[in-house]
Amino acid sequence: MSDTTTDDSPQNGPVLAADGTPLRRSLARALRRQKLRALMLIAPLLIFIMVTFILPVADMLYRSVENGIVSETLPRTVVALADWDAGGDTPPDEAVFAALAADIQIAAEEKTHTKLGSRLNYENPGMSSLFRKSGRQVQRWDLNTDGPFKEKFLDIDDDWGDIDVWRTIQTYSPAMTSGYYLAAVDMQLGADGPEMRPENERIYLKLFGRTLMMSLAITLSCIALGYPVAWLLANLPMRTSNLLMILVLLPFWTSLLVRTSAWKILLQQQGVINDILVWIGLVSDDARLVMINNQLGTIIAMTHILLPFMILPMYSVMQSINPSYLRAAKSLGATDWTAFWRVYFPQTVPGIGAGSILVFILAIGYYITPALVGGTTGTFISNRIAFHISTSLNWGLAAALGGILLAVVLVFYWAYDKFVGIDNVKLG
Amino acid sequence: MSLPSYATTGQRIWYYSFRVLCGLIFFFLIAPIVVVIPLSFNAQDFFTFTPEMLRLDPEGYSLKHYRDFFSNSDWQHALWNSLKIAPLATLLSVGLGTLAAIGLSQPHVPFRRAIMALLISPMIVPLIISAAGMYFFFSRIGLQGTYTGVVLAHAALGIPFVIITVTATLVGFDNSLTRAAANMGADPVTTFFRVQMPLILPGVISGALFAFITSFDEVIVILFVGSASQKTLPWQMFIGLREQISPTILAVATILVVISIALLTTVELLRRRSERLRGITR
Repeated sequence: MSDTTTDDSPQNGPVLAADGTPLRRSLARALRRQKLRALMLIAPLLIFIMVTFILPVADMLYRSVENGIVSETLPRTVVALADWDAGGDTPPDEAVFAALAADIQIAAEEKTHTKLGSRLNYENPGMSSLFRKSGRQVQRWDLNTDGPFKEKFLDIDDDWGDIDVWRTIQTYSPAMTSGYYLAAVDMQLGADGPEMRPENERIYLKLFGRTLMMSLAITLSCIALGYPVAWLLANLPMRTSNLLMILVLLPFWTSLLVRTSAWKILLQQQGVINDILVWIGLVSDDARLVMINNQLGTIIAMTHILLPFMILPMYSVMQSINPSYLRAAKSLGATDWTAFWRVYFPQTVPGIGAGSILVFILAIGYYITPALVGGTTGTFISNRIAFHISTSLNWGLAAALGGILLAVVLVFYWAYDKFVGIDNVKLG
Repeated sequence: MSLPSYATTGQRIWYYSFRVLCGLIFFFLIAPIVVVIPLSFNAQDFFTFTPEMLRLDPEGYSLKHYRDFFSNSDWQHALWNSLKIAPLATLLSVGLGTLAAIGLSQPHVPFRRAIMALLISPMIVPLIISAAGMYFFFSRIGLQGTYTGVVLAHAALGIPFVIITVTATLVGFDNSLTRAAANMGADPVTTFFRVQMPLILPGVISGALFAFITSFDEVIVILFVGSASQKTLPWQMFIGLREQISPTILAVATILVVISIALLTTVELLRRRSERLRGITR
């Protein structure tokens, strides 16, 4: 250090570090190295999360708009059909049918025509069987001599003369489609742009609405049940409140399936709660309450499951509230109610907000509990997504429903980050 | 908190009814979990208390559901799968998560907030969406239906918990300790294992327990990413609850409750120890 001070002339030159470089640059370099080291520590995890989580979610979002199947399976038809006027009332001409015959012949050999059929069947029911039937026949044709193909196709099935069939093929020929998203909000691509589906086919908007309403009901009942408990925990002496805290934390740590199965067993018609009600005499034996496989069952079970997520943030906010404010309010003449409502309650709002957003985010994407105790009326949008992935195999629609759900959750996640901060999430 | 001697009758009534109300809410929280335990010793295949059980007749109780759990090959297979997958996933998320948490706690990290938000997102994004995405993506790269795929998926789900608990312990960490160690000639690796690690160990362990329980309890992602040979305990329970509801589930549930009590106790003790070590007294 003494070297620097003797070599350096303090009047003109910049301040120098021990190795002779200007202090500012030396500091900047040290800072950069520190940043780099921090990033090196984070990088492995970031890459891991990218591969195992972000890419999969991105893949799902890609699938919700991806629609290469029509132009891949029927490349010539798509080109030939481009000039056809979908607004008119005549089916396409011979050139299109010739292209279709060539395409289906190749597709039938590769067995891809049935896949295309089931894809288009989501948009226009009946097209799956149309393609399956045509595939078998077209395979036997000779493309050079057997023309004209228009009549031959109409011989296989009159539907080939149906404008709607051709309109569907034309509408879904681009490699990207908004069709899945439209389907997810009960709309479809008609001849003149997006339109609502017929009244009896609308299910998803109702399902989204129900998911939101039930999540809201669960959040509200969590607030109602969580607030008194959090207040009690925050105001009892530490030893007692630590003991009571265990009663909140045990459910938090208990397996979700254990809690769901407990509710399934308790709420059954032959279950413990009904038995007790019958034994007390509140309910007669032949009029046992139906509390499961409906919305009530889902709300009860999910309120129980998510209640700790409401109590913990409320508790940590209430614990930091200075009790002398309340005393000051009372000594200035406020009644108990006024003191609570005008002084204490406003200070607990951040806790209510944090807990509510957390509970709402968790509730809206729930799958297990609604699937087990929800029956048919108490299911959520997640259950529909699972159905489309594993049963109906309409992955594009599942991805679109998932995309909408993800967007809703991300808005709340953003709000949570803004108002509470992700750094402040506490566990246990 | 206790009632002052000058309290009015109204205040007294409110005070006691409030306590009763809170008692009822605590009962609501804990009763469903507790009620499973006696029911699991039912000698009958019923899901409710039989008259024999209510008379406390030893005839009404038996261990047959536990015997079924330990002798049924389906349940045993599921148990072993859970015990294989959860520790591997935990190891992966704790290893990567602890390093990243240390990186995130350095004073100058660019995009800290964005990185944090990204790393916590597996906890926030609905599991059905993670499951769908992983199912699509892992099928593309040939990981769907493999143990590797399941372990990677579970590790990703456990990472937010490790990040949260370890960064929370690091908030109170005194960085001059590492500087002092470096000053005395310790290299960064030695500093990490001899100075930093012992101090943040409680946070790391409770993060590990969270990651473990996340994987051990997880059912949605594995339903999609796994195949029948990776069937875990929660998966078997889920099938049991949806199709043929068998009372063996009650025995399994009781065992899981006991495990959660053990984990909860460990985490609580660790938290207190860590607060004591860092000089935070409550």
